[in-house]
Amino acid sequence: MGLLTNLKDSISRAAASLFSEEDPKRIGIYGPPNAGKTTLANRIARDWTGDAVGPESHVPHETRRARRKENVEIERDGKKVTIDIVDTPGVTTKVDYTEFLEHDMEKDDAVRRSREATEGVAEAMHWLREDVDGVIYVLDSSTDPFTQVNTMLIGIIESQDLPVLILANKIDLEDSSVQRIRNAYPQHETIPLSALEGDNMDEVYDKIAEYFG
Amino acid sequence: MAEVKDPSDGVQIDLISGERMDGLTSMEKIRLILDGVRDGNIVILEEGLSPDEESRLIEVTMTEISPDEFNGIEIETYPKSEAADASLLDRIMGKESTKKLTVIGPANQIETLHKDKNLISALVSRK
Repeated sequence: MGLLTNLKDSISRAAASLFSEEDPKRIGIYGPPNAGKTTLANRIARDWTGDAVGPESHVPHETRRARRKENVEIERDGKKVTIDIVDTPGVTTKVDYTEFLEHDMEKDDAVRRSREATEGVAEAMHWLREDVDGVIYVLDSSTDPFTQVNTMLIGIIESQDLPVLILANKIDLEDSSVQRIRNAYPQHETIPLSALEGDNMDEVYDKIAEYFG
Repeated sequence: MAEVKDPSDGVQIDLISGERMDGLTSMEKIRLILDGVRDGNIVILEEGLSPDEESRLIEVTMTEISPDEFNGIEIETYPKSEAADASLLDRIMGKESTKKLTVIGPANQIETLHKDKNLISALVSRK
């Protein structure tokens, strides 16, 4: 009898931890360098918590460590969705320190930045395999989305059966084309936005609640 | 991997069959690729890597990047339309096909000129 009760208890505990609404889901913000991931993470964090996540910059690999903002409560239609936002370094297969020299950096600083960037990308890949429950994939809609890194990353996310929301960022730019992203990844829903200007954030929050709530 | 007589004479291309890769563990595959690429070779895989192996390849590549020595890799594959169409059941049962021709080379020597769903065109420069 005691054994049966114990078994029942452990099953209900396991079920509770699987389906608990209390545990915030960890949502990784992924994408190539300079897609606007930190700008988006800061926009979401500021809108719902008042704090920022990290510094933004036009220099690639400004974010070189995955940064987590915990317990971001997003309210949609009277319902609260709580998520942890993980802002990750932009994923790439190559890092050349000489590219940083073009941004008025001394060689020592550029080498240090490239070393930190490589560590950050490795860390981001690790988070993706082990530590996120869903992914917001951010693309710069003014650039070609059909790159190997994007195709590979989206393939990796799909292979893990993680829910993924594709965001077409920078719609405020003249060269922006949301349709180009929709054509490249027709198997996923693409939401346009400008994280910088705050355009279309309502739809972004609706979709975050729908996908990750 | 067999060595050419004098690597400075040209660019070595290793075409690795699916059969050869089948017998290797994920880390052995990644080592085989990166050792070739770090020697300045272009590695062509008949059947490519699984998404998990691709993720580990990026991770290991990052840990090996070193200023003025190794800048990382360029990698190109055909889009895996077959896998995207696979049902969840197929994927759970491991029936998902990830076979896709894959070209990998040193980032400072290979430049993709053109890519579409059935053609990859790359420019390879000597070391």
